Amino acid sequence: MTTIAPKSVADDFPNYVAAYVAQRASNVPAIQEMRERGWEAFNNLGLPTARRGNEPWKYTNAGPIARQSFTYSDVSPGSDDALAIADVQGIAPWQPDWRTLVVVDGALAPGLSTGNVAGAGIATGLADAVLADPELGATVLGSLATPDEDGFAALNAAFAGDGVGISVPAGTDAGVINVVYLTTGREQPRATHPRLLISAAPNSHATVIETFIGPDVRYLTNTVMETSVGEGASVEHYRLLLEGPEAYHVGVSRVVQQKDSTFSSVAIAHGAVLGRNDFGITLAGTGAECMLNGLYLTNGDQHIDNYINIDHAEPYGTSRLFYKGILDGRSRAVFGGNVTVRKHAQKTDAQQTDKNLLLSEEAEVDSKPSLLIYADDVKCGHGATAGHIDEDVVFYMRSRGLDLPTASRLLIHAFASEIIDTVALEPLREYLDERFRNAIPSASIALPIGGRS
Amino acid sequence: MTTQAQRVISRDTTSEELDSDYQWGFTIDIEQEAIPKGLSEDVVRLIAAKKNEPQWMLDWRLKAFRFWSRQTYTEPTWANIEHPPIDYQDMHYYAAPKSAADGPQSLDEVDPEVLEAFDKLGIPLEEQARLAGVAVDAVLDSVSVATTYQEQLEKAGVIFCSMSEAIQNHPDLVQKYLGSVVPYADNFYATLNSAVFSDGSFAYIPPGVRCPIELMTYFRINQADSGQFERTLIVADEGSYVSYLEGCTAPMRKTSQLHAAVVELVAMEGAEIKYSTLQNWYPGDRNGEGGVYNFVTKRGKCAGADSKISWTQVETGSAITWKYPSVILQGDNSVGEFYSVALVNNWQQADTGTKMIHMGKNTRSTIVAKGISAGQGQQTYRGLVKINPSAKGARNFTQCDSLLVGDKCGAHTVPYIEVKNPTAQMEHEATTSKVSDDQLFYLQQRGIGVEDAHFMIINGFCRGIFQELPFEFAMEASQLLKVSLEGTVG
Repeated sequence: MTTIAPKSVADDFPNYVAAYVAQRASNVPAIQEMRERGWEAFNNLGLPTARRGNEPWKYTNAGPIARQSFTYSDVSPGSDDALAIADVQGIAPWQPDWRTLVVVDGALAPGLSTGNVAGAGIATGLADAVLADPELGATVLGSLATPDEDGFAALNAAFAGDGVGISVPAGTDAGVINVVYLTTGREQPRATHPRLLISAAPNSHATVIETFIGPDVRYLTNTVMETSVGEGASVEHYRLLLEGPEAYHVGVSRVVQQKDSTFSSVAIAHGAVLGRNDFGITLAGTGAECMLNGLYLTNGDQHIDNYINIDHAEPYGTSRLFYKGILDGRSRAVFGGNVTVRKHAQKTDAQQTDKNLLLSEEAEVDSKPSLLIYADDVKCGHGATAGHIDEDVVFYMRSRGLDLPTASRLLIHAFASEIIDTVALEPLREYLDERFRNAIPSASIALPIGGRS
Repeated sequence: MTTQAQRVISRDTTSEELDSDYQWGFTIDIEQEAIPKGLSEDVVRLIAAKKNEPQWMLDWRLKAFRFWSRQTYTEPTWANIEHPPIDYQDMHYYAAPKSAADGPQSLDEVDPEVLEAFDKLGIPLEEQARLAGVAVDAVLDSVSVATTYQEQLEKAGVIFCSMSEAIQNHPDLVQKYLGSVVPYADNFYATLNSAVFSDGSFAYIPPGVRCPIELMTYFRINQADSGQFERTLIVADEGSYVSYLEGCTAPMRKTSQLHAAVVELVAMEGAEIKYSTLQNWYPGDRNGEGGVYNFVTKRGKCAGADSKISWTQVETGSAITWKYPSVILQGDNSVGEFYSVALVNNWQQADTGTKMIHMGKNTRSTIVAKGISAGQGQQTYRGLVKINPSAKGARNFTQCDSLLVGDKCGAHTVPYIEVKNPTAQMEHEATTSKVSDDQLFYLQQRGIGVEDAHFMIINGFCRGIFQELPFEFAMEASQLLKVSLEGTVG
């Protein structure tokens, strides 16, 4: 156990100090070492609550999370026996031929997980995975999402207990790995810090789904995902933020891609009162390709922040960043996209787009799609739009006999389909489409805003 | 002091006569009346006293100075620029040509050396006024030395004079509008300017008047190490129209110079202000030594309904440009425009863009920004489009294109888009690319040299912006671009 510095930022968070001191040491040296690094970084950084000059958090106030005191209990795996597989099946995407790993309150619940159905490689609890594949601990754990880059990443590292580790051997296909993070209802707000590691060796393939689900109470999911995509490997990643309506969610995802590798991601955000998806991709090898698609659907007092960084470090890289948002109620969505093209990353082709549909008078969108380009032979562009449903289109549809609610519903659905359709995994696409159809806001569609009707 | 260039450079000067070195780098030996270096409350009082200003003006300056002096008040650091810390105590805050103390009544009374300086800049006052129909309120360092075409303007009821004169002769107007768009506590540099501003231009266009000529000010930074703090205020009353041109060149200097100007525009109901800038201050030498720090706050307010403010800028000079001409669209149906060409070469840095704050209903804004980076230059477009809840039916269109010449430069785009009203339509587009190899190949196989081919393509890239400039400015802008780019390709 490290000695805690007498005066540090962390002193503002007595709960965290107590929980850190009380935490049992991990039996995996790599994890214990990272916890210590994380705690040190957290002592220096605190949480990113500063409002002035805090560019990554310009439009999102982390204050509510910092002020809330959360409880920590050093849960042992599978502590919640009340849950059955059927319960999880009902609320998360589930297929019998997927390898499903359920993380309950931050710890892997073996009883709820389906073992090796099909597919190569390791997909198991974090500690076991690091023990089984030391490379995972040496090159991925805490190295891609370093604790000192963000207060939340530091906090996650300091409390890294469990989560999931995936290691795919060279030239193999790991199939679909379905990771479900489930927070159970508690009287006290609780915080969990799960971590997911993915290491895809050269020329391997893996599909990973991350789903975040929780109850109708206040809690915090502070998650970190680290993915290493080897030469020629491809990883398909889905991130479903389906937290409970009172939840706080902070996710830090870091992906490093080697030569000719492919990483594709679809991030859906529909849940959490305050959600942040901080996604960072480094194209560290020539000819790497990444496609990041996202859809956020907000309502009520929700605040969803997508903060995406794509770093073209090597030549001949391709990146596509396409996020769409549908905002209703008094919700607020933030899109911060940064595409950086380093000096020698010539022949880079980067596009980023953010489109927003505002359905209510009080919704707000803050979009900052920026490009930082230090190389000259590049093709880079970005676009951003915001607006409401096109009145002319609604008028056309109504003139063809569709009533107003049907017409708006159809248009909103079409707007979202552009992202949902990029989900290559068919059962998942159907699941999302279904879920989305049910979620199309019905309160605001009675009238297009400012409409003539 | 030395005189480096003896030739007269005018708008007729051909490109052969110009080479890529900074041609406008000469200093003229005029007796300068400067107060000692450094900034204190006494200096602020001294400036006000020298200019014989009324008490309210001094109070305002002091309020700004005290705000600026607070320990916690620091320079903004968010811009993508780098420079050594500025020592604000190692600078002169006031410099006026001595011979101007009596106040020239006509051109004949103007110091011949001053006139010579303007000749070198290609503004022969009399001729220019006659031929181009432009009134020049020429600002040499800090005191306005000559104002032409006053009569014609007076007949129309237009007030166009230096800020010092306006404070003396039109105190009610100045008091009413000064600081109404850029308050003294707006930002570090604007506050500094509010405390120590020396002079600048003031224009008031009465209701229903279309200003008969284009108003024009040439700014010059002349005395070594004298920061220049211009303050310009233009008020266009109901239904009036004015076009204002601002052109800048500065002589070659060894140490970096700070220029922290403030420009405020107010457009009442149905009024229109068109503000064009050509900025060609000393950018520093090939190794990034010296050059002007251009930290300017420019903002216009469309206070009345149906008003319009349009900013057009061509920025080729200055070592560092930090400038965001903005429009507050307060009146319903008001229009804001921003057209910009910014070029960085050698070690120049530019962090420039605009802010469009939509408040009124059906307000519209257009932003077209073209950036060209060459050499080791770094340039950033940084813009904010904010649509407030009250701005029903607001529209914005933004286009930012960057062109890269060479592989050591950088071009960055950082747009901020904040939409708080669903009826707003906003679009943002940006592209970054290098000069197309195919286009170059085509031009070269038609017998055009590689350098000329580059220039043609770049000129075409900027054409849309140049068209927004008044005619003579467009010519000059195109030439400036060519001179600034010479030696970067081929």
